[in-house]
Amino acid sequence: MRKEPVLNMALLIALLAFPLWAWAADEPFLITLTTRAVIFAIAGVGLNFALGFGGLVSFGHAAFFGLGGYVMGVLAFHAQTYTPVLDWPFVINGTKSMPIVWMVAIALSGALAVAIGALSLRTSGVYFIMITLAFAQMLYYFTISWSTYGGEDGLSIYVRNDFPGLNTMDPIQYYAICYVLLLIVLGLVYAISKSAFGLALGASRQNEDRIQAVGQGPFGLYLTAFAISGAITGLAGVLHADLNRFVSPTMFSWHTSGEIMIFVILGGVGRVFGPVAGAVLFIVLEHTLGGLSEFWHIYLGAMLLGVVLFARGGLIGLIAGREVAHD
Amino acid sequence: MTKPLLDVRGVSKSFGAVQASTDINLDLREGEIHALIGPNGAGKSTLIKQIAGGLRPDSGTVFFDGQDITGLSTAARARLGMGRTFQISSLAMDYSVLQNVVLGALGRRGDIFRFFRPVMKDADLLATANQALEMVGLEDVKNFMTSELSHGQRRQLEVAVALTLSPKVFLMDEPMAGLGADGSRRLMELLRELKQMAPILLVEHDMDAVFALADRISVLVYGKIIASGSVDEIRGNPIVRSAYLGEEIDA
Repeated sequence: MRKEPVLNMALLIALLAFPLWAWAADEPFLITLTTRAVIFAIAGVGLNFALGFGGLVSFGHAAFFGLGGYVMGVLAFHAQTYTPVLDWPFVINGTKSMPIVWMVAIALSGALAVAIGALSLRTSGVYFIMITLAFAQMLYYFTISWSTYGGEDGLSIYVRNDFPGLNTMDPIQYYAICYVLLLIVLGLVYAISKSAFGLALGASRQNEDRIQAVGQGPFGLYLTAFAISGAITGLAGVLHADLNRFVSPTMFSWHTSGEIMIFVILGGVGRVFGPVAGAVLFIVLEHTLGGLSEFWHIYLGAMLLGVVLFARGGLIGLIAGREVAHD
Repeated sequence: MTKPLLDVRGVSKSFGAVQASTDINLDLREGEIHALIGPNGAGKSTLIKQIAGGLRPDSGTVFFDGQDITGLSTAARARLGMGRTFQISSLAMDYSVLQNVVLGALGRRGDIFRFFRPVMKDADLLATANQALEMVGLEDVKNFMTSELSHGQRRQLEVAVALTLSPKVFLMDEPMAGLGADGSRRLMELLRELKQMAPILLVEHDMDAVFALADRISVLVYGKIIASGSVDEIRGNPIVRSAYLGEEIDA
């Protein structure tokens, strides 16, 4: 009996039922809370693609999360001040259209991931961790000193971006957008994990000699995986910025990288739905324990230790069994 | 005689003061098993790496099918038709047996950048994979996790993956190592079949296997090939006896 698909389905249903209940009970705060969980889940699914499937332990995914946020912030800032983003050599205007902002963020985060990946994938192990961290920190300090867009104080956006036919300021409608995007991202990652690319990437993670012995090099696989991973996390950054109508350098900080990694590890490294479970658990803990003590992270830390020591498959592995399901 | 498929010409390699390979000449012809034997530390693994990729010789050339491959990557050599098995099994342990073999067939076909079609439902790849598994006798365990296989079965799986590459030569690094008598015998039968498809360069410690299987033997001692010839020539060679076989027989 395979429990994992049942568990995954239950998770998706809960993420649909809970906000609907909150909507019926007129609890907009709970909807917003769930929206955060879903956005964090998308960021985690992005990191998990590199970390879980490719074995690339990136400690710098805040770079993509932050870039996504700033794409939204900068485009919206120019749209609300009626100034162009760029007036030479050609004019680029700001925009408040969500689909356009998503596309730009996905493209730029993917491109940034290719650039960072091309340099850092020459290293491995602890050096890879440090280099990815260094790139994210560079962007963090860059945005702090970038006074055009608020520097350290960040940027406030007055209203959420527009999506055709929806009122994005209504919490349940904005939640619907994020939920559908999560479904799309999960479907995409699931399909890739079963594809030729997924098979080859997993083999490189397990044994680089093996992939070379069958005539393929691991570098192209890793770089592509890193780009896809960065693009997904970039999309999450846009959604996060839109949710709060605020971006700041904090999105680039190493705390953010660490939190995204916590979603992945808590939920289950290398499982498609792992980061979803991890992000939901994180938000639940933050909400319940955070009410008891401002030092709730100490419980989070204990739990993380428990997972790393006793349940390598994370939450999903603990419930569904150790072995990753195979066809 | 036909032109050699694999031709190692004057290859030397040193690590600091240690001369791991000294002016090595070695070739592999259609239809034969050429065994490379030598005591521990003789430089067998260093030589295999210079042939299969991963280590560049200081001087000398490796020709494969008439082409100079000395500067090519491991992956490029595999694509040209070098089917390699490793001394220490190098398989994707978290994959099923079938996934490992499909990976070989996929690597051979080359279209690894396909993102949406389920690879384990690809009829072409499955056909190649199943054929290879049947040939080595692993079709009954194809849905097992590779980590669940016995040591001998992992050896067979390595050979199966190499088969999916439809290689022009096999490079096998101690395939019998750690196998029981029964496992060795079965693998030897398989190698006899395989050499009809592609010649085998066999690095091996097991003397009985080498004498039973090989058409030619080269003896490597301290990075030098001290003798090369038929089984009988090597068995009767006094230098080989004192340098290598003597130790083995006395032990």
